[in-house]
Amino acid sequence: MRLHYPTNVKIAKIPCTGRVDNLLILKAFESGVDGVYLAGCLEGECHFLEGNLRARKRVEYVKSLLDEVGLGGARLEMYNMSSAQGQRFAEVAREMTEKIRALGPSPVRKKVKG
Amino acid sequence: MIVGNRKSFEEILEMIKPYRRVLLLGCNECVTVCAVGGEREVGVLASELRLWSAKEGQELEIREHTIERQCDHEYIDQIRSFVDEYEVILSMACGAGVQYVAEQYRTRIVLPAINTTFLGVTLEQGVWSERCQGCGTCILDKTGGICPIARCAKSLLNGPCGGASNGKCEVDKETDCGWQLIVDRLKELGQLDQYEEIIPIKDWSTSRDGGPRKRVREDSRL
Repeated sequence: MRLHYPTNVKIAKIPCTGRVDNLLILKAFESGVDGVYLAGCLEGECHFLEGNLRARKRVEYVKSLLDEVGLGGARLEMYNMSSAQGQRFAEVAREMTEKIRALGPSPVRKKVKG
Repeated sequence: MIVGNRKSFEEILEMIKPYRRVLLLGCNECVTVCAVGGEREVGVLASELRLWSAKEGQELEIREHTIERQCDHEYIDQIRSFVDEYEVILSMACGAGVQYVAEQYRTRIVLPAINTTFLGVTLEQGVWSERCQGCGTCILDKTGGICPIARCAKSLLNGPCGGASNGKCEVDKETDCGWQLIVDRLKELGQLDQYEEIIPIKDWSTSRDGGPRKRVREDSRL
């Protein structure tokens, strides 16, 4: 297909979005990223049955944490797509990039002390 | 186990506002099981605090540390070598842990990051429910293994009251009537005759009414 998507999107591969822990998302923000999105399988089609549904719940929770600390929960999103939907993958990458660009750079960029 | 809820981030910020060096202390026991103050929750709160301080441009050093139990001084001793490097200890243990850490380090300010709520059980992953109030005189033998002190909103010893409706408590329609549960259980056990026995007035001096409690087991003392 040779689809293009924005080069600012860095992919972290995980076996299932159900593996994504709250802290993992927070650590990404601590490392200075402007936004994070999870690309899980379509709902109802999780190989592990509920991994993507659990991920969505965690995303909602971490959004509330990001609101609390003042970063804004809008910097985090959950998307669902199948591995056959390359077109959708590229579309989401563009959509999220535009959304984060509109929000501006993360206010904590490069400021978090380890 | 002892169950708690984390205080709001806003409340925690308000408490630690005057300080720049914070030791965030977790506990590996009950609060780990009820997902409120173990190593993972220490990590999440520390991350939140770091993100907040970076955003606000506030200088804030957070050290994450979790000990086996904050209710035993042997474990609290393990932080002695570095505790003086921090202005304040933000404890994620239950109220007992917070107090015992404060007792061991009298020159350190110790703050609670959680509200301790009840003694309870895990109903399912992520759901906990109260079962015991530690009243000091257990009558579970008379009530089919269901505690009227903890499960009845009025802690009635001979219930139910007139507020029970369709097996639910008038306090909250989602809450089972403790005495309905007791009657149902006694029926199941074929012990309904026990329900006819009047439980006498309770001696509350074994509970909190008798003041702070202490237990000594002489044969186990060193």
